[in-house]
Amino acid sequence: MEYLNLAIKAIFVENILLAYFLGMCSFLACSKKVDTAIGLGFAVIFVLTITLPVNWAIHHFLLREGALHWVPGADLSKLDLSFLNFICFIATIASMVQLVEMILDKFFPALYHALGIFLPLITVNCAILGGSLFMVEREYGALESTVYGFSSGIGWLLAIASMAAIRKKLRYSHLPDGLKGLGITMIMTGLMAMAFMCFAGINL
Amino acid sequence: MASAAKKLLMDPFSDNNPITIQVLGICSALAVTVKVDTAIVMTLALTSVLTLSNVVISSLRNIIPSGIRMIVEMAVIASLVIIADQLLRAFLFDISKQLSVFVGLIITNCIVMGRAEAFALQNPPKDSLLDGLGNGIGYGIILIAVAAIRELVGFGALLNKQILPDSYMGNGLVLLAPGAFIILGLLIWGQRTISKYVED
Repeated sequence: MEYLNLAIKAIFVENILLAYFLGMCSFLACSKKVDTAIGLGFAVIFVLTITLPVNWAIHHFLLREGALHWVPGADLSKLDLSFLNFICFIATIASMVQLVEMILDKFFPALYHALGIFLPLITVNCAILGGSLFMVEREYGALESTVYGFSSGIGWLLAIASMAAIRKKLRYSHLPDGLKGLGITMIMTGLMAMAFMCFAGINL
Repeated sequence: MASAAKKLLMDPFSDNNPITIQVLGICSALAVTVKVDTAIVMTLALTSVLTLSNVVISSLRNIIPSGIRMIVEMAVIASLVIIADQLLRAFLFDISKQLSVFVGLIITNCIVMGRAEAFALQNPPKDSLLDGLGNGIGYGIILIAVAAIRELVGFGALLNKQILPDSYMGNGLVLLAPGAFIILGLLIWGQRTISKYVED
């Protein structure tokens, strides 16, 4: 029940894109067509679900304060390596994306070709790194961080897919020149964020 | 100053602004702009990381093998961000708490990566320094403008000092996420109308 609650919160109430602004760059760049938006959304879910538990393990067993107390021979129980979080997390994410790419290429070539260029680009999607950093800041456990990763991915997919659908309609509307493209997209995202805010307070 | 150097430095302020024209680095532009002081600190952090990473990458540009250039760039940027984060924690702890994960997210900020890929890899260190500085300031202008509007309308204050009379009721909407999106959308509209940029 507690996990369901966490999932609902990550998908709707604290949507990683609409409430924390993470992953905006690829959101703006790839929301022009519905099918690429959905493909990218699934790739993000996939990578988030894999990287969060791995990064949790790295943080929990190697980097946090006192994590290395099991090393024999030296007293490391006060050693705090958490300043290395950033560089370790980004390295994990880059290698996971590479791994996912190779696995997909070998076993699911159709999906691999559908995702195309978006897969490597996920490395620099701030939603992925942001998910890992939030996990550290909020002190999630192993299972919690997996659930959090998966449901933030779903929230992101929901946002980008609906934005792509709206932008398809927007193409036929008359707008002032300066507002075309980025301007109106930002304003629409604002309205969408407002709509998502009405989920606030849901508690199962 | 030579006109070419001036152009490198000044172009990103308006005509080629990283946020409104190049569409880079939007995430942090929205998240840290509830108050002007966090926006200023974020601008300083990003500008120093961007300038230094541009200089480092452009001085290494002839020895980085092109196959692994992304990883090299990432390593350079991540190390610089760790330094920035530790400095903020040491000297500006309160503000670093408010910025929370967004200092770390400078690593994946598209401005840093984008300028490294698009500029520093092809140009000598001196030009890259100016390009980094210019883009950092261009980013800061938009960031501080959004933050000033949000703080003034939301709290009636600027830099934590009450400016509007006490009877002013703060508008909570601009402090929340939707307010940020809409204000940035309107700013982009204004900026693009002035610099006559049209997206197709």
